[in-house]
Amino acid sequence: MSGLQSLVAIVGLTAITVITRGFFVIPEREVPIPAWLREALRYAPLAALVAVLLPEIAMTDDHLIATWKDARIYATAMGIVVFCTTRSLLGTILAGTAVLLALRLGLNW
Amino acid sequence: MTLSTSPWRHPEFARGAREMTGISLGIGAWGLVTGVAMVKAGLGVPLSVTMSLLVFAGSAQLASLPLIAQGAPLWVIWATAFCVNLRFIIFSAGWRPYFAPLSRRHRLWVTYFMADLNYVAFMRRFPAPGAMSDQLPYLWGGVAVNWTAWQAMSILGIVLADVIPTQWGLGFAGSLALLGITATLLIDRGTWIAAVVAACAAFAAFALPFHLNIVVAIAAAIAIGVLVDHFSPPAAAKAAAAGDAK
Repeated sequence: MSGLQSLVAIVGLTAITVITRGFFVIPEREVPIPAWLREALRYAPLAALVAVLLPEIAMTDDHLIATWKDARIYATAMGIVVFCTTRSLLGTILAGTAVLLALRLGLNW
Repeated sequence: MTLSTSPWRHPEFARGAREMTGISLGIGAWGLVTGVAMVKAGLGVPLSVTMSLLVFAGSAQLASLPLIAQGAPLWVIWATAFCVNLRFIIFSAGWRPYFAPLSRRHRLWVTYFMADLNYVAFMRRFPAPGAMSDQLPYLWGGVAVNWTAWQAMSILGIVLADVIPTQWGLGFAGSLALLGITATLLIDRGTWIAAVVAACAAFAAFALPFHLNIVVAIAAAIAIGVLVDHFSPPAAAKAAAAGDAK
């Protein structure tokens, strides 16, 4: 993506921040939230995150990881274990990154 | 509202700042990771700093970065970020009764700075709308800590990313942050089922152009999630079933 395209993307993302954070304070009068919207809102962020995350952690060049010698597998596993035991976002990032760096720099995985 | 004159002298400003300080370490780490991820996605230092200062939404930034790096169409990037940010729309409905006395411009200015944790802290401090002269200084106190911790660490990450070799794979720390955020959303059977459906749909539809598999995954997860909500047995039946199982 060119620099200009990226800038356009960033400006659009800024507008999305402003609009979503302020959505229901924009109208002058109070607007009730429809029930269907509330339900859809429950699952959409999760689905978007999963769909973006999946190729990042499990795919290389549009294919599933085909080797066990990929540091991302172990970094992700470590992240999951740490999150499940501590529920800590900071711990998840630190432990997963530590495993990643050890395998990348140590074994060149 | 004339209280915009030096809100930082108000005792609620200090309280708001203090109540955000404990969690600022986590916010800072997340900011650092996002800073590194922006540079590793190929944005370069000036654009990364611009993105950090303007967009100011970590999950949406991390989710859009792989798409920007792969040159996905703008509308897919924006649709993805919008979906990741949908929770803020729910929060904004929560803000509404508190900010009703302010002008629209002022309302939007305040909500722009309202990250997830500002919402959580504020609603704990003010369970019901009260005096605006207390609420606004409290909010700005929290924003002062949250925004500063986030931006300082994000920009530090941008600077460091430029000197850290790409083959260390540190951009993956951003994926680990997303992994943690995703995990916090898995709170019950419905969200777990929706997540599995989203993963299967995203993978099955991976060959679609323009990263449309993300759109397919979101649509499938919403459809299944809403179905699960509507056809779940009532709580009593569920408890009985759980009892039988043991």
